[in-house]
Amino acid sequence: MKARYRFLVAVMVLGLLMTGPFMVTLLLVWLDMDQAEHDLLVHLLSSHLPVGVAMTVFGFVIGVLILNKLFRQYVDGLLSMSEKLRLMLGANRNFRVTPEGPPEVQHLARAANDLAQQRDVLLDDVSEQIAAAKASVEEEKNRLAALMSELAQAVVVCNLDGRILLYNNRARLQFKALAQGPTSVSGGALIGLGRSIFSILEKNQVQHAEGVVRQRLAAGKTALSNFITALRGGQLLRVQMVPVLSGSERSDRMSGYVLTIENITRNVEEEARRDQVLHTLTEGSRASLGSIRAAVTNLIDYPEMEPEMRERFLGVVGDEVAGMSQRLDRTMVEFSDSIKMRWPLEDILGIDLIAATQRRIEEKLRLPTKTEGLDDALWVKADSFSLVFALLFLASRLQDHYGPRELRLRLSAQGRLAYLDLIWAGPAMSSETFYTWEMESMQVGAEASPLTLRDVIDRHGGEIWYQREKAAHRAYFRFVLPVATPEVEAEQEDNKRGAGRPEYYDFDLFNYEDKSIDLDRRLSELTYTVFDTETTGLQPSDGDEIIQIGAARIVNNRLLRQEVFDQLVDPERPLKPESIPIHGITEDMVRGKPNIDLVLPAFHEFCADTVLIAHNAAFDMRFLQLKEKRTGVRFAQPVLDTLLLSAVVHPNQESHKLDDILGRLGIEIDTRHNALEDALATAEVFLRMVPLLEKMDIVTVRQALEASEKTYFARVKY
Amino acid sequence: MTQRILIVDDEPNIVISLEFLMKKEGFAVAVANDGDEALAQVASFNPDLLLLDVMMPKKSGFEVCEALRADPERAGLKIVMLTAKGRDTEMAKGLAIGADAYVTKPFSTKELVDKVREMLAV
Repeated sequence: MKARYRFLVAVMVLGLLMTGPFMVTLLLVWLDMDQAEHDLLVHLLSSHLPVGVAMTVFGFVIGVLILNKLFRQYVDGLLSMSEKLRLMLGANRNFRVTPEGPPEVQHLARAANDLAQQRDVLLDDVSEQIAAAKASVEEEKNRLAALMSELAQAVVVCNLDGRILLYNNRARLQFKALAQGPTSVSGGALIGLGRSIFSILEKNQVQHAEGVVRQRLAAGKTALSNFITALRGGQLLRVQMVPVLSGSERSDRMSGYVLTIENITRNVEEEARRDQVLHTLTEGSRASLGSIRAAVTNLIDYPEMEPEMRERFLGVVGDEVAGMSQRLDRTMVEFSDSIKMRWPLEDILGIDLIAATQRRIEEKLRLPTKTEGLDDALWVKADSFSLVFALLFLASRLQDHYGPRELRLRLSAQGRLAYLDLIWAGPAMSSETFYTWEMESMQVGAEASPLTLRDVIDRHGGEIWYQREKAAHRAYFRFVLPVATPEVEAEQEDNKRGAGRPEYYDFDLFNYEDKSIDLDRRLSELTYTVFDTETTGLQPSDGDEIIQIGAARIVNNRLLRQEVFDQLVDPERPLKPESIPIHGITEDMVRGKPNIDLVLPAFHEFCADTVLIAHNAAFDMRFLQLKEKRTGVRFAQPVLDTLLLSAVVHPNQESHKLDDILGRLGIEIDTRHNALEDALATAEVFLRMVPLLEKMDIVTVRQALEASEKTYFARVKY
Repeated sequence: MTQRILIVDDEPNIVISLEFLMKKEGFAVAVANDGDEALAQVASFNPDLLLLDVMMPKKSGFEVCEALRADPERAGLKIVMLTAKGRDTEMAKGLAIGADAYVTKPFSTKELVDKVREMLAV
């Protein structure tokens, strides 16, 4: 029974209780009395009835009021408290009942609050433990990722489908260096989380290696496999594969593989050159020697031969000997690098070497140093330790003999040779002095080396000489060193984008199978390319053109700030002056950049197998579609529009401009109106929207597309 | 009757010596400077033994050797390959395709003469 009815019943009972006994008594007395007594009673009562009724009504009203109050406090009060307790149970964990009403109810409220408090402590404890466990797993992952990223070898981890779960910086740079073509990412060397390794390495070879690893695993041998593969551009990679075994007790189950990749093109080329030298020096000499030997033997064996014949044999000897000498000279010139005795030399940036030398000289000899004419892009092949010591040794000899006030260092390149000069101002020195310095074991203070200066020079396959600059009244020692072609050098440029650690790994991809676009997959599971374009204007059909494309990838619900596409495009038409302040791109910036015919195929490759996302996608898609015929690439994948999705989740908001959505969702962005920055902002927006959409039961891509279509904004056409 | 030797080599400096030597030994000598000429000379000169260089323009010594060995009428023709290729793989190939001897440059003229005499059973 509802509280209200119970209250009415109680009021009626109260009324009956107050009037009932009097009425019943009156009735009984009435029945016992005769007519005269009845008249008397009526007379008596009627004179006092108003007072009695008034008193009864008054008492009844008081009773009802008391009843009402009790009801409020004990029935309604408890009812509302129970609602609040439910709130505490579900929606708002931190809600507490305010103790009010009669003391008993207040006691109850306090007891309930205490229970809630106890529950909260327990819950917090559990979540803390979960968080701690998660953090330690995360830390382990990070440590692994950090280790990987420091490795000088290129490492790529894949699942059995060949999807990339982890790669290190070295791998990224190596493949970037292999990329060919006009844009930063073209040429089939696309490395990225969730991308297929088969776009880089030959699928059959990788699968063959996988088979070998499995066989060796089954046979209980060391499970690894090597292969060498040639890329499109003729580069040679040596790849080693080891299995990733699943963590369960059946540890021989392979769940993926680790590839270490080394670019051996240069080694192979060098070896080939050395082979060639050997060949020219051996086989090349055989024929000549054969002719000489036969001629000489004939001359010796037949001393009485006629003079004309003798002349011819002598001619053969002279001719062949001259030919051999020439060949030897040519070989020395062509292959001098390859035939030198090779001390392992490292590639070092010349200015790093100079800086190290300056530090040593200033520390050890207290002699000021300066530099002049530094070629700061020059790499040399050097054994830097012995070379720096040789420079220090010379500096200390100079200090002892000529006491120069300062020394200068200079670095320049001359073809394949690097000149490192140690310069001082002072009188001429004799060549004998320098000769003794060159041949004695090097010593500086207490530091000694078993090597002589000459040893160090020979070790580098270099030379050293003394030379005067008469006009400047100074002299220098010139070290000649081989120039190195630097290997790919880690660039810092990418790190300024996206604060924090690079996202080079995602182990959740281990269980990530076929990921061709399935519209009924969850929004959070798909791979997306979020992109934005800057254009010369807003009228694609009136000849406005794309001048910049920026894009980033979302894999496994994470924005990968390192895997981006960022390309200026030459529109091959003048920019509109009024649009320049909007995108900040000037004529100078786009001239000479690749045109859309080159950029669009590269972008298409970047987007392969992903769902596209853009803010106000209809606009950008229109630009892409107008180029379909010309470039031959079609963007046929599904497209999600964050503008429409915003209208889905916040139908009552007036504005769905990107800036307003960013504000609404509390996303902070540094700069905007650069295609890449806008794409990144759009990606953040999308990631925030996924859970909001899920609350509306929009879980799959198909549902998101359908919901988008129904919004008002979807009807706007470009 | 005088036995005939055909010298096939594109390097005149070695041809001088070989021609001189073989004439001194009393053989009739003819010279060819490349593979095609060698095959033509074999037909016209009809030699008993070939001193055949491997590295030659047009047809290599290997090709000449194979062509001659494919002709059953020339089964009695002796072939000595002379080459600047010293690797044993090439030597194996030469012998496999039917050369009777394989001599690597530089060689001792005395040994070469002995070998030729022996092969022609002079």
